[in-house]
Parts: sequence; C-alpha cells; structure tokens
Amino acid sequence: MAKAESTVTWTVYDALKMSAREIYGVVLTDLGGVNPNIVGLSADLAKSTQIGAFGDKFPDRFFNFGIAEQNMFGVAAGMAKAGLLPFVSTFSAFASMRACEFLRTDICYQNLNVKVIATHGGTSFGSAGSTHHAFEDLSIVRAFPNLTVIVPADGFETAQAVKKCMDINGPVYIRIGRGFEPSAYAAEDDTFEIGKAVEMHPGTDITVIACGPTVFQALEAAKILQTDGGVSVRVLNMHTIKPIDKEAILKAVTDTRRILTVEDHNVIGGLGSAVADVIAGSGKGCAFEKVGIPDVFTPHGYPEDLMHLYKTDTDGIIEKVREILGRDFEADEDWEDEV
Amino acid sequence: MPLTDQELKDLSRTAAKVRRDMVDVTGWSGGAHIGGSLSMADILVLLYWKYMRIDPAKPDWEDRDRFVLSKGHGGMGHAVVLANRGYFPMEDLKSFNETGSKLGMHLDSHKAVGCEISTGSMGHGLCQAVGLALGARVLKKDWRTFVIIGDGESDEGSIWEAAMSAAHYKTGNLIAFLDRNHYMIDGNTEKIMSLEPFADKWRAFGWETIEVSGHDLKALSGAIEFALDYKKGPVMLLCETVKGKGVDFMEGKAAWHYGGLGADLVEKAKASIGEG
Repeated sequence: MAKAESTVTWTVYDALKMSAREIYGVVLTDLGGVNPNIVGLSADLAKSTQIGAFGDKFPDRFFNFGIAEQNMFGVAAGMAKAGLLPFVSTFSAFASMRACEFLRTDICYQNLNVKVIATHGGTSFGSAGSTHHAFEDLSIVRAFPNLTVIVPADGFETAQAVKKCMDINGPVYIRIGRGFEPSAYAAEDDTFEIGKAVEMHPGTDITVIACGPTVFQALEAAKILQTDGGVSVRVLNMHTIKPIDKEAILKAVTDTRRILTVEDHNVIGGLGSAVADVIAGSGKGCAFEKVGIPDVFTPHGYPEDLMHLYKTDTDGIIEKVREILGRDFEADEDWEDEV
Repeated sequence: MPLTDQELKDLSRTAAKVRRDMVDVTGWSGGAHIGGSLSMADILVLLYWKYMRIDPAKPDWEDRDRFVLSKGHGGMGHAVVLANRGYFPMEDLKSFNETGSKLGMHLDSHKAVGCEISTGSMGHGLCQAVGLALGARVLKKDWRTFVIIGDGESDEGSIWEAAMSAAHYKTGNLIAFLDRNHYMIDGNTEKIMSLEPFADKWRAFGWETIEVSGHDLKALSGAIEFALDYKKGPVMLLCETVKGKGVDFMEGKAAWHYGGLGADLVEKAKASIGEG
C-alpha cells in the first residue's frame, strides 16, 4: 500500500481552535484528494463526527446509512473487499457495541482495510449520559484479532493517527473525544509512530501511563508535582493500546518502580488492563494502580466534572501519585532481584 | 436468451451431480446443513455455470462478478459448487469440517478459494453485498454482485437495514435471491416468526421483486435475465424452494436443516436424486 502523502502541512489547521473531530474531517478530506479509493461512511452523524467535510468535497464517495450502524459496518467490509478504503465514523458507544459483531466478524475476521473513527469516547459526551458514554469500547475492541487500537491524546495526534493508519493494510480503530479537550501537544509531532509510546515528561519516581484526554491531565499533574513537591513523574502517552509498547512499559517499571495508569474508560479491560498484562507477564514487580471509571454506569455531567469525579483529572492524578509514593514499597528487600 | 434444451439438460445434470456431492460431503463430514444446501442448489448452478462472469482459474480476476452467501450456514453446499466448478480439488471436500481443513461449516474467505466473503452469523452477507455493489459503482466497474439470503435469516434487523440502503442508493448492480424454503431450525418460519406477506415487504422496501420457483431452471433463468437487465435498483428474486429438495425423505422436513448421514442413507439419498 502506498504511503499516505498529505498535500498540506498540519500547521494549516489551527489545532488549538479545532476539535479532534473537526481536525479528523479536515485531514480525511485532504487525504481523500490524494487517494481516490477513500470513501466516507456515516450513520446520521456526519455533522457530529465531522466526516461531513469529506462528503461536501467528495459527494460520490460519501455514504450516509441513516441510523443503522450494523449495516454501515457490513457495507464498509464489502467496500473494502471491492478495493476501496472506507473510513467509518460514528460514536464510540455505537461503533463498539451496536455494530460490535459487524466490526468483529465482517471487518476484523476478514482483516479488511477499514478505518473506524470512533468519536465521543469515554465521558466526553458527558451530558448525554451512560447511553452515549463509551467506557467499555477499548475493552471490547481490544479483544478482536487483527485490529489496531489507537487513542490519540488530542487533535494534533488525531491528525497523525489518521494519516499514519493508512500505512496499515488492515483494520484500525481510532478513538477520539467530542472535541473540547485541551491539547497535550503544542504542534503536530511528525515522529508519531503507531505502537510506540511517547515520553511526554521525564521522571524517575513514578510513571503515569495515559491515553486520550488523560495525557494532558497527567502532564499538568507532572508539572505541578515537580514544582510543588519535587516529585519526578514520567508521563507516557500510550496512544496505541494495541499493539501496546511493551518496551516502554517495562523500561518504566525498571526505571521508576511505580506505575499509575489513567484512562477515560472503565478500569476493566482498557489501558490499565493492557499495561497490567505486560507487567504481570514480565515477572517484574512494581507498585501498580489503575485510575479510570470504577466499573459503574456514569451519571450525566460535564466531562470535566466526570473526570474529576473519577479522579482522571489533574487533581485526581496528583492525589493518586502522592498516595502511591506514600507507600513503603521499597521496604521489600527483594526489589532489586525482581526488577 | 432463454435456456436452450441442451443447456437445460446439462444444467439439470449438473444440479443433480452437485446434490449428490452434497449428500456425500454430509456423509463424510459427520453432519452438515444439507436441507438448505439442497434448496439453493439450482440457484447456485445457474449462477456458477451460466450467468456469473467468473474464471475459476483466476479467482482474483478484478472484473469477476461477486457472489455472497448471506445464509452462510449453507457453506457446505457452496463448497461443493466451488469444487465442482474447479476452484479447488474435489478431494478437498473429503476433509470438510476436519481440524486443519480449508473447509468447514461456515466458509472462511481466506481459505476457501472462490469464497468472496466469510459468512455464518445471520444478517451480515447482504450488508457486505451492498458494500460490494456500491464499491463497483465508486470504482466504475461493471461487475455485478449476487447474494443468496435465507428466509429465516430475514428475521435479522440488519437484513432490512441493508435492504433500505440498497434501495436508497439504487444499486442496479445487485441481485438477491431469497431461498424461501419455509423452514428454520425450530420449525416453519410462519410459526416461529412470520415473514408473510414476504414479497410485499421487499416491494415496500423499494426492491423490484419477482416471485419465482427456485427449482424450475427455465423460469428461474428468465427471472435472472430480467434482473440482469434491470438497472434502476436492486432486484429480489423471491425463490420458492423446498428444503431438502431432491431427496425424498428430506423434502420439507425441518429436521433436515442439519444432519448426518450413514452409508445406507447416503446411497438412498443419492438414488433419490438420480442423474438429473
């Protein structure tokens, strides 16, 4: 497959003023001008997911299926079999649950080149309530063979993920928010590599592993902890949940001995579980905690309030880091042997 | 062009051969979806030996017509047709269902040569067939997509989602066959979940719908030729069929949705089918 070449540079878009969804729409439209096989699919959420921008420019390659996600994912599989490169957009809750079996059996089982842009992930559609919150999606789709799962930190990284997922000849699930999250990056980072975590902040006392909107929160927490308490927090942006960057996780275990994962997702089955699998399988011991939605249905509320409630915001991360640092893990005299 | 007498004779013999092979595979494999394979055999024979533009020596030929078995549990019947048409050796059928075989109950498009789409879970094939049809349109290709749907399968909501979308996008390059054999695992479709008035439903969903026998090769051939010429939208050939068609002790019996056959029953079934 030809490497995707975008015709314009990312700086053309003012990412600090555009949501990840808007950026996705612009990048996809740009890619659509380069690759005539790209088609855009929506299920009555063209405006909400911003894939409409693509449809405005390429009406013959844009298909709205109405409120029928199962069919949309099946059609995408058929289109990929025909030789097209479908980008399917809907809310994360519907991509992972309503269309679950079509994503699994039609797209992943057949290992088809379909890109799923799952918007409104986690609690980002806070006021909509639990019917629209997607806090199980990563857990569900992570279990599908052949599927690459990416959770970009912000709009800049969404642009990179959308461009670079074109290099994978197979299914990719990109989970983004609703678009009101602060940016973790100040500019687009061209070194973004699928499957390779990014060290956003150096640290030696503890590593906070985050993805999506919690990357910004972890960074803020790391800065505050450094300034106020002299605590050295490494922040890893684990934008790719599958395949996960085992090397970065195990290096963090060795270097900092304490790991905290933070995700806008149920603590069962998402980023934290993926990281825990790696650590448990390595035989290396460390202090480990997961922060996320604690296996409950989430109430209505503004996303920032929900993240505060579940301690996935800056304050929550600071509190959790201090708690972990307060534990006397180093009293374990076998520690050096274990790591 | 209507079928010539010679074509009719040849296709009838092919259909009988395919049916006898289905019986053999059911015997070898320990059990298979024999009833629904026999009911769609004539449709498959007309498609694979008469109407589809295909080249079994070049299964990846870009301009080939596409076929989707939406009622994926008919995988055994489909495999028998693919083998007889030359996509893979007949010998491969002997390992049907066995560990490590390329062939099993629901065909895997990565392994069964000639199988375009992996199906099995109900209500998935028609959606993918719509995707293939729209794909041909975007790519400006003139190949057609053919799909066989089961009647029990039509209980699935996704069938109707796909039906709406095919009509909405006026897929004149999509032809569907409904294998209306009246039986699903638990019994008669009208007792389990009524489908009638079935043809009216398809018409109401915007499909050009023709009711035709799924076993009268001449009539079915005429319906297919109408469908091939019809470009205004998707066509549904609602094929009246008999579950277990051709085997006297299976015909119209829900119990033969899935079953195994001992050596004596294999011979009895093949004798009932005859030479065509």
